[in-house]
Amino acid sequence: MSFKVQDLYTELNEGDVLLAYKGSITSDLINDVLDALESKLLDFNEHSKIRKKVYNVLVESLQNLYHHIDDIPSDYVDQLDPRFGILLVTKDESHYKISTGNFITVDKIKPLRSKIEKINSLSKEELKGLYKDILVNDKISEKGGGGLGLVDIARKTGNILEYEFKKFDNDSYFFILNVLVSDPNINT
Amino acid sequence: MKSIDIEGTSKTPTVNLNAENGVVEIKGRSIPENSVEFYKPLVDWLEEYKKAPVGKTTVNIQLEYFNTSSSKCILDVFKKLEDINKGDAEVVINWHYEEDDEDMLEAGEDYESIIRVPFKMIEVAE
Repeated sequence: MSFKVQDLYTELNEGDVLLAYKGSITSDLINDVLDALESKLLDFNEHSKIRKKVYNVLVESLQNLYHHIDDIPSDYVDQLDPRFGILLVTKDESHYKISTGNFITVDKIKPLRSKIEKINSLSKEELKGLYKDILVNDKISEKGGGGLGLVDIARKTGNILEYEFKKFDNDSYFFILNVLVSDPNINT
Repeated sequence: MKSIDIEGTSKTPTVNLNAENGVVEIKGRSIPENSVEFYKPLVDWLEEYKKAPVGKTTVNIQLEYFNTSSSKCILDVFKKLEDINKGDAEVVINWHYEEDDEDMLEAGEDYESIIRVPFKMIEVAE
C-alpha cells in the first residue's frame, strides 16, 4: 500500500473545517451535507453571492463524486465503505476550499487529466463557449452526469482546478480535486 | 388538457403547467442527481400542448439553484417551447434572477443565445 487514506484525510484537513466526511457517497448523504453547509453559511452571514457560489460548487462536486466513484481496491474492501469517497470543506480568510477524493481505475486518469488541463487552460469566455457546446451537443450519460460539472465549477469560481492522482496500486488511484471559491469582497 | 402541478422539494422545483391560460412555471431548486426522470413528464406535457397552444404562452423560470444535470433538461424544455413559438402562437420566457446573482443571469443569457424564443431578464429582490 503506497499511502493511507487516513493520512490523506488528515493532510487535507487544514484551515477552519466546516465539514469533513469519509464514507459512502449516497443521495441521502448529499442531502445531509448540503443542508449542513447551507445552515453554516447562513450562520456566518456570508454574502449571498459567495454563499450561492459555494453551494453550487458543492452540489457539482458531490454529484461528480456520486456519478464517478469507482470500486474500492480489493485490498481495502474490508476496511472501507462501498462507494467510498471523502469530502472536506474548509475556510480561511479569503477562500472556501472544497476537496473531494475518490478511487478511480487507472484507465480513467488520462481522459480526466486532459479534461482538467483543457479546462484550466481556457479563459472565461472560452469556458462559456465550451459549456454551451457541451450543453447543446452532448447527450446525458447513462450515469446521469452531463459532462458539464467541472466546466461549470471552473466557470463559477474563476479559479483553476487543483488535482492530484495518488497511486494506490497498479489498477487503482485516488483522485483528489481541490476547488477554491474566492471571496468576491476581497478579490474584486 | 390536464395541468401539471408539482410541489417543490429541497432538490426539485415547484412546477405548474397550465394549458388553459398558457402559463408555464418552474420555481425553486433543481438539483437532483438524476434530473431526466423529473423533467420527462414536463417535456411530454409540452409535446402534447404544442398541438393546441394558447395565443401567448408565458414561461416563468425562477430558480434559486440548478445543477448541470438539470441544465440539459431545462434546455430540452426550452427546445419544446421553441417549437411552440411558431406561426400565430407566441412564447415569452421570463428568466428571473436574484439581484447580485450574476451566475444565474449569465445562465439565462446562455439559454437566450441558444434558443429562438424572446427572453426577458427579470431581477428580483432576494
